[in-house]
Amino acid sequence: MSVLIYTESNEGKFKKAAFEIASYAKKVADSLGTTVTAVTINASENAALANYGVSKVLKVSNDKLNTFSAKAYADVIKQAAEKEGAKVVILESTTDSLHIAPLVAVNLNAGFASNVIELPVSTAPFQVKRNAFSNKAFNITEIATDVKVLGISKNSFGLIENATSLTEEDFAPALSDADFGVKVTNSEKTTGKVTIADAEIVVSAGRGMKGPENWGMIEELASILGAATACSKPVSDIGWRPHSEHVGQTGKPVAANLYIAVGISGAIQHIAGINSSKVKVVINSDAEAPFFKVADYGVVGDAFDVVPKLIEKLKAFKAANA
Amino acid sequence: MKILVCISHVPDTTSKINFVNNDTEFDTNGVQYVINPNDEFGLTRAIVLKEQTGAQVTVVNVGGTDAEATLRKALAIGADEAIRINANPTDGLFVAKQLANVVKEGGYDLIIAGTESIDYNGGMVPGMLAGLLGYNFVNACIGLEVSGNEATTVREIDGGKETATASLPLIVAGKKGLVEEKDLRIPNMRGIMTARTKALNLVEPTGDANATSSVKFEKPAAKSAVKLVNADNLDELISLLHNEAKVI
Repeated sequence: MSVLIYTESNEGKFKKAAFEIASYAKKVADSLGTTVTAVTINASENAALANYGVSKVLKVSNDKLNTFSAKAYADVIKQAAEKEGAKVVILESTTDSLHIAPLVAVNLNAGFASNVIELPVSTAPFQVKRNAFSNKAFNITEIATDVKVLGISKNSFGLIENATSLTEEDFAPALSDADFGVKVTNSEKTTGKVTIADAEIVVSAGRGMKGPENWGMIEELASILGAATACSKPVSDIGWRPHSEHVGQTGKPVAANLYIAVGISGAIQHIAGINSSKVKVVINSDAEAPFFKVADYGVVGDAFDVVPKLIEKLKAFKAANA
Repeated sequence: MKILVCISHVPDTTSKINFVNNDTEFDTNGVQYVINPNDEFGLTRAIVLKEQTGAQVTVVNVGGTDAEATLRKALAIGADEAIRINANPTDGLFVAKQLANVVKEGGYDLIIAGTESIDYNGGMVPGMLAGLLGYNFVNACIGLEVSGNEATTVREIDGGKETATASLPLIVAGKKGLVEEKDLRIPNMRGIMTARTKALNLVEPTGDANATSSVKFEKPAAKSAVKLVNADNLDELISLLHNEAKVI
């Protein structure tokens, strides 16, 4: 009756979110008096999970799963949960895991709480705290079903190292043709760039940049910080930046450690999408810009003056702290 | 082709978020309700598919009588008929089960919903619906074309996008990109007039138990005021980010 986690891997490797849910699951398992089992699909570094409290890995190796199929992945997780008799199943909040989680919940006839940001408020009854109203409120949700499925919000829990002895077991769940009804024909991924989903730091810019030709300094600021670049909705709507960079309510959500907004006034729809970022820095020439109300640190000034100066200062800082 | 568009009836983005009854219920006082933004992109896509293929478009909502205004708006935008399932939508699995009954009854080929609603942000109903029906499912969908019985979809992935094909019946959870914001349809006067005569059918819910329930709401702690740093003293900003916030 262990706690089961699905630790997502990309080309065999885990990302931070995998270790974050392992850390979370270990705490839940401790409070339930049980252990953590991870199910992995074509992962090559399973041993790394032992550092975060995982006792057992069910290793699935199947070439048909090299391409993502939500139904097939959900089927794997369901069968792993049944094999382990898991009562709590925990997933990440990556695009793929968000895709899979509701299917897993239905497969297990389980209640599902997404965007969970803390350890369970209580385990009997089973209650969790989650983000709601686009980060403007929290909801305490009770899950009444025998099996519970949780999606843990990215960057909400952090990593807790907990060296554990790990057993690895090969696991070959039976999959049907119906699991592969959605056939991937093409996948485009930007390479060599930090993605908004993975970034610890995001540098975002808006109409205050006056035109796409001025984005060089934003790219440079992001590159010094190892950050992803993002933009406001008007900027993607008028085509200065690609839609994939649009963050906000109808764009991508951002849950970074540091979010730097340059020349973005802070419309409520924008804030809704980025508000779960931990620290927000706003650079804007308008001291009345609404963004300052939700920011932690602010600089009132012209981006064309502040950003180049900030780049020089950060270069010196990075050189001194390298 | 029969298309079903699932519509959430949600507080407008600019609404004040407050709670009543010991923080157990959302305070609807003075709140303007709208079609969930992610659903609007799907609705417009459905109307475009209707114009291209002659498809029939039905909109459905699980909600109380107050949601009918939102369904009428969807009819005014161009849907052919509406269904309201008369229940309070508090649990994703319950809502998905109600929708599954409507899909089975109506024999829909394509079901379009929004990736998530902006109130509960559950992001689960479309996937659960797919799980219950055993249909193909594409989440975070930013492109959709249908030709005969085959759909081509584009979905957002972390750091890029992925194109896939799937046979109907198909469930799509969509967002901006299904159509662009500038192409969103809005009701015109003729649409509003004809919407009044379109069917809005009431369906009673089945007795499925809720898998989850809301215990209470909390609001984030009041935020301390922004620390302003002089543009000529950016060393201070770097020092604050390094020593105080510890993020660089």
